[in-house]
Amino acid sequence: MTSASVDIPARPAVQRRKLPPSVRRRRLLAGVADHSLLIAAALIFLSPFVFITLTALMTNEQALSPHLWPHPFRWSNFADVFTKAPFWRWTLNTMVYSSLATLGLLLASVPVAYALSRLRWRGREVAFMVVMVALMLPPQVSVVPVYVFWSKLGDATGVHFIGNLSPLIIPNWFGDAFSIFLLRQFFLTIPEEYLDAARVDGCGELRILTTVVLRLAKPAIAAVAIFSVLYTFNDFFLPLLYVGQSPGHWPLSIGLSEFRSLHQVQWNLTLAATLLVMTPVIILFFLAQRAFVEGVTLTGVKG
Amino acid sequence: MSPWIVGFSIFFGYPLVMSVYLSFTHYDLLSPPRWVGLGNYRYMFGSDPQVWPAIKNTLWIIAIGVPLQVLSAFGIALMVSRAKQGVGFFRTVFFLPALAPPVAATLGFVYLLNPETGPVNNALGHLGIQGPLWFHSPSWSKPALVLLALWGVGNTMIIFLAAILDVPKQLYESAQLDGAGWFQRLRWVTLPSVSPVILFAVVIGVIQALQYFTQAYVAANVAAGQASQAGSNETTLGYPENSTLFYPVLLYQHGFRYFNMGYASAMAIVLLGVAFAITLLIIVNSRRWVHYQGATR
Repeated sequence: MTSASVDIPARPAVQRRKLPPSVRRRRLLAGVADHSLLIAAALIFLSPFVFITLTALMTNEQALSPHLWPHPFRWSNFADVFTKAPFWRWTLNTMVYSSLATLGLLLASVPVAYALSRLRWRGREVAFMVVMVALMLPPQVSVVPVYVFWSKLGDATGVHFIGNLSPLIIPNWFGDAFSIFLLRQFFLTIPEEYLDAARVDGCGELRILTTVVLRLAKPAIAAVAIFSVLYTFNDFFLPLLYVGQSPGHWPLSIGLSEFRSLHQVQWNLTLAATLLVMTPVIILFFLAQRAFVEGVTLTGVKG
Repeated sequence: MSPWIVGFSIFFGYPLVMSVYLSFTHYDLLSPPRWVGLGNYRYMFGSDPQVWPAIKNTLWIIAIGVPLQVLSAFGIALMVSRAKQGVGFFRTVFFLPALAPPVAATLGFVYLLNPETGPVNNALGHLGIQGPLWFHSPSWSKPALVLLALWGVGNTMIIFLAAILDVPKQLYESAQLDGAGWFQRLRWVTLPSVSPVILFAVVIGVIQALQYFTQAYVAANVAAGQASQAGSNETTLGYPENSTLFYPVLLYQHGFRYFNMGYASAMAIVLLGVAFAITLLIIVNSRRWVHYQGATR
């Protein structure tokens, strides 16, 4: 982005205006030809969104016909998604899962990351190794014993964990390896002088964390929160294991995947629901583009 | 600190030890685990008729899907980096599909690639080509899943783009002075400079391929449901004809459809070993072709 925004003002605007229209037109065409492959690829990448949107606005008969342009535009498809399926219920479940998991993850991961990066204590290196191993372990390896654990804990306590979303939320309250790793990388970049100054002024470590570190680490915390919200919003495998058989607890991901079997073969409604699930993520991206990019840089380049 | 150490051992340490233990038992959650020694492993490589198809499908994705993904991510990043205007715009366009939730993206592609009424086969029909059955054909279901994965290469593309834009301009200039053409500059300047990122993309791609589940599960489920309205859940995994039965899908079937927790654990341990071996192999092999700029990187 930087290179593009720097290039444009550098070109004198006066010289441009002087060019005769024929030359300008030829230049534009040359530019398009030069980038034709790129433009074609961009159109291909955008086309699925276009087809999904157009079909989401069709009647069901038209969705099964070769016509591409909706005629008439059926905006009521979006309302039908909510009335013909428990779409609100699924949305609410996703919101509960997403917000409680993200809240717990932040509350637990921030202090651990701080302790792993800025405090000196015995066993710190070992603890960091544990985090790294946890980060690399494929989820399939832990999924069976963890399921057994929740099932047995349910038998022992009489509380049902299988069949609702609590086994997906609770582990986040003990921290998450990826978030701890990302936050630690960021905390390491904070100059020690700031922390020492606070210590000289008589701050305890907890106060340093809440007043100094949290303020400086806002972008990293935002990135971790966004990754967590995205992950829980998209998560399919774990909800399938724990609530696959209890439709009342389905999040959006499971609900959407079962949408078609619940509603015969109505592609128009299915794609309207699909579009409704895609939109929040895309809006979130445009609102928080900076945090996204910083998160990717932190994990991809410095990691 | 202690609460987090307790939490970590419950959610990470315990499962690893427990997986190894369970893999030597027969366990259905109802009666206590029964020790069977190597029985699970012997059954897996000796008699389970589904294990080899699942391994073959997963290897297919690693051998064909991952290289295609890395190649297209690199190709797109290269094109975007050469654009004189609108780098930011094109970057957003190619990144957006990567944001689409996997279930939503999969549903969209099952529709786009619908054999009779989908836009893709429609377009092919106008060109006089009879489109394939895609998600309904055992030989085209994996290519269809690869198309879906290629649509979502935006993450990798962004990392490649950053690396390509980071290549020092002087290197290109001195290569040009030495008379290097476009292709030679790509081969001898760009590729060596971004080779660490290529390695990163390959390793991440392979690890994700070994865990490939959601798209395969949803595509098979939706396509099978379309084929037979009375399609019961039991038959949809791997539809059509086990062609989308990947290793993690089979693991899910044994663990959470049949509740063979011991057998599923054995499959998980084998997966862990294979993932570790492949990653190690790629990293050791990469010493020959990855070029690190400067000593510190």
